[in-house]
Amino acid sequence: MIKNAIAVGVAAASIAGFSGIAHAGKDLDAIKARGSLICGVGTGTAGFGLADSQGKWTGLDVDVCRAVAAAIFGDSEKVKYVPTTAQQRFTALQSGEVDMLSRTTTYTLTRDTALGFDFPGINYYDGQGFMVNKKLGVKSAKELNGATICVSPGTTTELNLADYFRANKLSFKPVVIEKADEIRAAFFSGRCDVYTTDASSLYSVRAANVPAPQKADDFIILPEIISKEPLGPVVRHGDNQLADIVRWAHFAMLEAEEYGINSKNVDQMLKSEDPVIKRILGVTPGMGKALGVDEKWVVNIVKQVGNYGESFERNVGMGSVLKIERGLNKLWTKGGLQYAPPIR
Amino acid sequence: MAVEAVRATSDTKVAPWNDPVIRGWVFQIVVVGLVAALAWYLVSNTLENLARQKIATGFDFLGREAGFAIGDTMIAYSPADTYARAIWVGILNTLRVAVIGIILTTFLGTIIGIGRLSPNWLLARICAIYVEIFRNVPLLLWLFLIYKLVSEAFPGPRQAIRMMGDTVFLSNRGLYFPVPIAAPIHKWMGVGLIVGIVGAWALHRWATARQARTGEPFPSILAGFGIVLAAPFLVWLLGGAPSAMSWPALKGFNFEGGTVIQPEFAALLLGLVLYTSAFVAEIVRSGILALHKGQSEAAAAIGLSRGQSMRLVLLPQALRVIVPPMTSTYLNITKNSSLAIAIGYPDLVASINVTINQTGQAIENILIIMAAYLTVSLSISAFMNWYNKQIALKER
Ligand SMILES: N[C@@H](CCC(=O)N[C@@H](CS)C(=O)NCC(=O)O)C(=O)O
Repeated sequence: MIKNAIAVGVAAASIAGFSGIAHAGKDLDAIKARGSLICGVGTGTAGFGLADSQGKWTGLDVDVCRAVAAAIFGDSEKVKYVPTTAQQRFTALQSGEVDMLSRTTTYTLTRDTALGFDFPGINYYDGQGFMVNKKLGVKSAKELNGATICVSPGTTTELNLADYFRANKLSFKPVVIEKADEIRAAFFSGRCDVYTTDASSLYSVRAANVPAPQKADDFIILPEIISKEPLGPVVRHGDNQLADIVRWAHFAMLEAEEYGINSKNVDQMLKSEDPVIKRILGVTPGMGKALGVDEKWVVNIVKQVGNYGESFERNVGMGSVLKIERGLNKLWTKGGLQYAPPIR
Repeated sequence: MAVEAVRATSDTKVAPWNDPVIRGWVFQIVVVGLVAALAWYLVSNTLENLARQKIATGFDFLGREAGFAIGDTMIAYSPADTYARAIWVGILNTLRVAVIGIILTTFLGTIIGIGRLSPNWLLARICAIYVEIFRNVPLLLWLFLIYKLVSEAFPGPRQAIRMMGDTVFLSNRGLYFPVPIAAPIHKWMGVGLIVGIVGAWALHRWATARQARTGEPFPSILAGFGIVLAAPFLVWLLGGAPSAMSWPALKGFNFEGGTVIQPEFAALLLGLVLYTSAFVAEIVRSGILALHKGQSEAAAAIGLSRGQSMRLVLLPQALRVIVPPMTSTYLNITKNSSLAIAIGYPDLVASINVTINQTGQAIENILIIMAAYLTVSLSISAFMNWYNKQIALKER
């Protein structure tokens, strides 16, 4: 609305602004000069990005921001979080209001090119699903002909939804509201038969947002996954060094998990004789320098944020209310898709 | 003139840099040049920055497939249509809520404004309370509240409230009611309606002239309504009175057939009308209060009833005070309709926002939205200025 219009206006104005945006390291220099990373997160999705009553942000996506801050500053707390809706997020990034996004954002060709962004990594492999009230007795997405469907604007979700119904020659009526809270409220009030978004968010909403007297059990997630939603952090074109740091902060968490380094044992691991571990943890120097950060960068990330597996279990896995299976997000060594190139 | 005078009196030659005319021109050229240079600088800088960030530019995207669905459209639209059409759907939706909103607000606001001046203490108080309640709470909150009420208070489609012998259904999917199935005669009924309106207007003129001449009143308003309704009805009869209707019926998840007023539209319209009527009421009230007390006293003295005095003496004069601020109220309704997005009514802003998000082309889309609102606003202003001239005191 108004805020949106202002954000877009600011974007336009700053794109029209007086400085060129593009020499390498410029965004990183600004972050260092400021002393904190400005991370665009979601407005509130339990397990992925949510602020508690003290304003402390937690979640799998938030952990990416924290890992990047730990790499740059050695301190995962040096992050300023800016909540963005799906609709506003790209304008916020284009205009420089935030340094990066980490909020259930799908990696697509258009976003990677025409929108002027880079996707340095994929921190959650997901797909789009449907949630319905059990009362409707629906067992499959194919039975949704004529349904009213709640969906957020400015998402791949909204496009996949239209594609899926077109491909299956079904009809539907969308109800489209920007704020995540409002669209969920519309669904739970019965305005829509179906709520569709990334399956991970559906699990999260079902576990954390069902308003009493309704219960999580009143809702089912249909078996069909209708799209690929590789979710990951996003940076703007123009600062390859920042993109590298975001990319390798994520990979570092994967490498740590793969080599058995976690937040509890990282200090012992510093004494390891394994040359790979020595390199990862900066005992053998060189990697930090190549990336332009402290040699202790991985130690800082793992100590303060944890490895990928720890972050996953704590935020969305069995250690959380969401209880999501690792599934596609298992390490490649365990049959999943999470695979980091070597730190060497 | 001053310039001419200086020149005429001084025969002595003035150096060109001291010549006020030349100086005037030079300054103007310099200013225009500076503005143009600044504009050029901003535009070229923008394009350069966009190119450097590799963000797409230009209006080509308008012809591409939009790919997203819209829940409430006045014209046929599917995700296979272009962005241009999706934006057009948004413009029509904005116009729909603005036009209906303006009409309803004018009626409701006028009634409340007059009510506030009523000698009936209770009525005046109620109207005053209405005004204070609605204008002192932000419109956005009203919209949220009304939308919550509409979507929470009504049952799901399967338990819909049935009315008029199971032909009208009220549920949280909206109000479904039957409509005639499109027939060729409908076009001609539209023509009949226009003829009826022109006829009613002519009748009204004739009646006013006759009353001025003979003093005999004629119920031209009532008769006018009759003509407006009768003309299309007659056309319909002549066209063989096609009466096929599309009836809404529950099918699967929702009703099919008939037509629907959706909760988002209803909530937005209601919010705009209730909120803005409070302002219109104040405009009307102050317009009437601005008149000299002698006007109503004189009207009473010649034996006009309160209603007659309001209709024939006070309102026509008050209009001159009322119309200018009404123009900005109408513009506000139009612009405030963009709050639609908060409750999911698919207006122009909604279409544009999704387009920006999917294409990344913020600047082009902002230009489109600005051009659209500017066109609508300037049209409203132009119409109201014309109307203002019509009712201005004509000096004879
Ligand atoms: N992955 C999709 C959807 C992303 C998205 O943001 N969806 C909304 C649906 S409500 C959401 O999750 N918002 C999270 C939040 O605001 O916390 C995309 O990138 O387009």
